[in-house]
Amino acid sequence: MQPVVRLRSAVCLLGRFPALAGVDLDVASGEVVLLSGGNGAGKTTLLRLIAGLLPLHQGEAEVLGHNLARNRTEHRRYVAFVGHETFCYDDLTARENLRFAARASGASASAADAALERVGLERCAAVSHARLSAGQRRRLALGVALAREPRLLLLDEPHAGLDADGRAVLDAVLEAAAGEDLTVLIASHELDRTRSLASREVVLTAGQAHAAVRP
Amino acid sequence: MTLLKPTVARVLGWTTLVALIVLALFGLWGAPADAVQSDAQRLMYLHVPAAWIAYLAFGVTAIASGLWLWPRTRSPVWDRMAGASAELGVMFTGLTLLMGSLWGRPVWGVWWAWDARLVTTAVLFFLYLGYLALRRVPGTAEGRAKRCAIAALIAFVDVPIVHFSVTWWRTLHQEATVFDPELKAHIHGVMAFTLWFGVFAFTLLFVYLLDRRYHLECLQEGLEDRELEQAIKDRVRGSVSPPKVEAKVEATVEAGAER
Amino acid sequence: MNLAQEASLVAGKDLRIEARSRVTLQQVLPFGLIVLLLFAFALDPDRGVLRDVAPGLFWVTVLLAALLAISRSFAIEAANGARDGLRMSGLDPAAIFLGKAAAVAVELAALEALLTVGVIVLFDVSLGAIGPLLLATVLATVGVAATGTLYGVLAASSGARETLVPVLLLPVVSPVLLGATRAWEAAIDGASSDAWPWIGVLAVFAVLYTSIGTLAFGPLLEEA
Repeated sequence: MQPVVRLRSAVCLLGRFPALAGVDLDVASGEVVLLSGGNGAGKTTLLRLIAGLLPLHQGEAEVLGHNLARNRTEHRRYVAFVGHETFCYDDLTARENLRFAARASGASASAADAALERVGLERCAAVSHARLSAGQRRRLALGVALAREPRLLLLDEPHAGLDADGRAVLDAVLEAAAGEDLTVLIASHELDRTRSLASREVVLTAGQAHAAVRP
Repeated sequence: MTLLKPTVARVLGWTTLVALIVLALFGLWGAPADAVQSDAQRLMYLHVPAAWIAYLAFGVTAIASGLWLWPRTRSPVWDRMAGASAELGVMFTGLTLLMGSLWGRPVWGVWWAWDARLVTTAVLFFLYLGYLALRRVPGTAEGRAKRCAIAALIAFVDVPIVHFSVTWWRTLHQEATVFDPELKAHIHGVMAFTLWFGVFAFTLLFVYLLDRRYHLECLQEGLEDRELEQAIKDRVRGSVSPPKVEAKVEATVEAGAER
Repeated sequence: MNLAQEASLVAGKDLRIEARSRVTLQQVLPFGLIVLLLFAFALDPDRGVLRDVAPGLFWVTVLLAALLAISRSFAIEAANGARDGLRMSGLDPAAIFLGKAAAVAVELAALEALLTVGVIVLFDVSLGAIGPLLLATVLATVGVAATGTLYGVLAASSGARETLVPVLLLPVVSPVLLGATRAWEAAIDGASSDAWPWIGVLAVFAVLYTSIGTLAFGPLLEEA
């Protein structure tokens, strides 16, 4: 079966700095892969590279059958990225932000409303992004990703700033992933919590990936 | 990684120098003084060739930018050439305006006149000054090349529109331009020769400077490439953490447990 | 979704944000009006000078206001990484360009309408031939919005937004200032026939830069 993500000696530069210095990675459909590694190991860069937000400098990268060296825009419609920023507009409400994201990606308004419920923000539907709390914004960011009905979900430190309920929402998304044919890459420092939900773990050190040895 | 072979470049450099000296001799003493404008007219032997080079340089920038954008001919060569040529173009446009102004003062009695050609040249100067500002904005080599190539073409497309509308504007308001079209017909033989020789000498100068500027750009990029190789090696050995500048990009990475 | 639907989605989003934040209305419009007032201070209001040069003053003011509107248009994409959200959305970049340019054009049109009232009241201008005047205004607005959006994304992608846009944009739109001003002068004098050639220039400019924008916006959106 064709892997969802396939990287070979991928090098990615931030300015002149090789944040990824030759990464090999294979992710199969429906997997939930935990990316671990210390600060500056290259986790964010790896996720942004797979999202097509950063250019590949050397090596090979294939995501959902698209060669990123040749074209890093075509696969994006099917990929959702939850980073440190919410991708939302301050002056639009939670619901409007979700609906814009859903419609822009070709999903329906009902997908947006379903995502709103799924992340538990129904009561904030009419509140503008600017007035949401930091934790609510984290939930909204996850909601925006889900509203787009992606096939590959890239989560960068999604636990940061989430309360207990929010973490439960996230756990539920990870648990349901395999059943929904959703592939997830999650970079997190919440190792114990995520390990139990992940199908495997990949450790990044100094811009290179290694399989984690299970104890 | 140069446009010309080093020996060719050296020969060209000396030839250019000799040509410029000959031009100076002809311009100052060889050609007779103009009947109407007297010695001020001698500035034309620099002014006209400078203007010619300015247009040539912007043409080269546009063509090189187009060749960069065309996928089949895409190569860093064109990006470097576009940048080098635009720098020369701006310099020569500036010189053209400056010399025109110096010439205009004794002949027209003013530093500046709202003549169509002057206005178009001034707009051209600012169009490409903006382009140079854009070139100086840092970024990935590919990204910068793409941005600049597109910007160069946007600017180039504007040139005929500017020229056309400005000419139209000025001719609607003035009976004729200050340049007398009859003047060229009466031009003295030596004067014509000096003018054409000036164009020739300046073209040599342009090619020489373009080659030198291109060469400098190559050296700079070579240095950056070597630094990059070293950086990858260092990174693999784990001996460096992200430098301060990159910390901005990765600043939001949360502190967390090590394995 | 087709191109028009995607473009209207983006335009609708930008205009909704403007309706909520009212930045153009509450900040750019007062700026434009104060510039008109300052022109009266700089030039002598008593000798009819203002009336003679009103079209030029009006369009210079519009260009300055357009710089602010464009800066605002890309400031909303810069906050919260919204630009990355747009890139990830899978929207056709041509549609994003057309949508954002259309939103800027609508905002500018509203500004121009109010500034026109300002010119009529402050500078004692009567509009003359409305048809050519309106047509010239629409075409000039489209041209400025298209070039502005194009340079806006160019500057945003290079991360030097604020200072780069004016130095890149103003020389390029200089023919628009010329054309729109002459067309307005002709229309105000009641000499419509003199306005048509300039309207032609404005139309060529608008079509040319809208086409370039739809082609170039995608590549320009990509470089971070």
